[in-house]
Amino acid sequence: MGFLDRLNDLDRRWIFLMMGLAVAVPIIVIGITGKTLPELPTPLAKATFDVLDELEPGSKVLLAWDFDPASEGELGPMATSFIRQCAQKGHRMYFIALWPVGGQMIRSSTSRVIGRYYPDLEYGRDWVDLGFKAGNEAVIKTIATDFGQIFPNDAQGTPIESIPMMSGIGSLADFDVLVNVSAGYPGSKEWVLYAATPLKKPLLIGCTGVQAPQMYPYVPLQVQGLLGAIKGAAEYESIVNSWVRGDTFAQALAQDGVDGVPGSILTKKFPRSISEVDQWATENAGKGLDADQVRGIQALSPTQKELLVDIAHDPEPAVFLEAQRRMGPQLVAHILMIILIVMGNVIYFANRRRGGTR
Amino acid sequence: MKRTVPLIITATVGVLLIVANFIPALSAWGEDATTFFAIIAAMAFVLGGGSLLKVHLKKLSDRGPGWAFSLIVLGTFLATLAIGLFKLGVPPNAAYPDKPWAGDVQGEGTAFWWIYEYVFKPLTATMFAMLAFYIASAAFRAFRAKNFEAILLLGTAFIILLGRTAAGPFLTDWIPADGWFSGLRMEELSVYIMQVFNTAGNRAIIIGIALGIASTSLKILMGLDRSYLGGGN
Repeated sequence: MGFLDRLNDLDRRWIFLMMGLAVAVPIIVIGITGKTLPELPTPLAKATFDVLDELEPGSKVLLAWDFDPASEGELGPMATSFIRQCAQKGHRMYFIALWPVGGQMIRSSTSRVIGRYYPDLEYGRDWVDLGFKAGNEAVIKTIATDFGQIFPNDAQGTPIESIPMMSGIGSLADFDVLVNVSAGYPGSKEWVLYAATPLKKPLLIGCTGVQAPQMYPYVPLQVQGLLGAIKGAAEYESIVNSWVRGDTFAQALAQDGVDGVPGSILTKKFPRSISEVDQWATENAGKGLDADQVRGIQALSPTQKELLVDIAHDPEPAVFLEAQRRMGPQLVAHILMIILIVMGNVIYFANRRRGGTR
Repeated sequence: MKRTVPLIITATVGVLLIVANFIPALSAWGEDATTFFAIIAAMAFVLGGGSLLKVHLKKLSDRGPGWAFSLIVLGTFLATLAIGLFKLGVPPNAAYPDKPWAGDVQGEGTAFWWIYEYVFKPLTATMFAMLAFYIASAAFRAFRAKNFEAILLLGTAFIILLGRTAAGPFLTDWIPADGWFSGLRMEELSVYIMQVFNTAGNRAIIIGIALGIASTSLKILMGLDRSYLGGGN
């Protein structure tokens, strides 16, 4: 029996084993080294970030978590990044779900981000969990005109009248942006058809890889930002992480009396030693820093400079790298798929030449 | 009567929703109809539960093939239902200590939370993760360049598979990012395929589906299509 014949009769359990290794090995390697692959953000990921970034702090953002544990691996990281950007920017977040287990998704993502990294955000003032409601697109259609009819209470049963941030929310029209993370029906398409289009509201979508091709036709008129699968999540995550680091850097400087420094000035080239911070400030004079800001940075105490170095170089918490970490297994698994397809075709053409049909 | 009443309800609500969409004065009626739908959808959960009980109890009593699975389904369904409905294993709410039913049924540490976290979540995630293995096997066995269309599909698949990972930019990094040929970089090509070819095809499909839905809806409203009532007619 030749090599090709042996391949032709390859037990599919070998393929399962290869796929298992293709996914497991990168997970282990990335887990040990902590290193992730570089991400080049596409225009759609940038557009998604820009929509939330251009809003004034305190804007009202509706976040509909329409997914379940089956798709959490693909959609959980983008949900995390959406919350992180909103929390850092100071937007008010209103969570709802059209999937029965969407309520649990809200709980896990909010506790992952707000509970741990933004404990100052107050429930009812900065964010609210309105929970799951049955009715699919009928829920969207109803809250498009009367929010309180479907959501008279939050997920804990507290009447919305006694939740401060719910005042002024009469319908979907009162939100500044709608964000939907969806794994199917009801989800992105229903939000486009029954909310974003009739109300002319900006809609940002994060969806599974299977859904993404169906959502592209709605970009950019009905959908302003689209994150497709873990790749879209990784791109968006890398943008949000860089921005949060820069924003934290700018806030720290502002607290030290150096106002107006753009967060974007912070790059990986920021010195790791406090003795080089003065030099860095001098080099950036006219490239984002004005003379007063340069003098202000140079006048900082060693402790204040140490804090800047920490902000610039402290490793990102693992929860904010989930999407980028998952790109490793995706890379190896995709390469394996290509190899398998090529191998399958080599066997096919060899068999055809020999008069076979497989 | 069994068929006429549903037909009248369907036709009335359907026409009302269409008219309410175009006549602002009737929009409140349309909203009421939508609210009814939301209530019915919530009731459907009860019906669904009843249907599940009926199907699996019958399978159990008949001792049909796979009856043991039905036993597991019924057991887990009833256990989860009881734990959720009667708030079993829910610690009292600190704000209302004298009210035993005030606890949060989905809160961390409750029995319901435990079932979700350690049974439902791993099971559903495992089911979805198994797709990777079957797709790999299918790619090896079925994805053949049998004709021109299949070759096009294969080529597109390779570009998307590589373009959606770090391998794409790595392989075509030698092409200048700003030059005439920048569009040939793998990451650009994959975006181009998704935004142009895919969008064009999908728009056509969406328009076709919309026309089909309009035609089918009209037939349902007029009572010509009664398949949704069941019974095979």
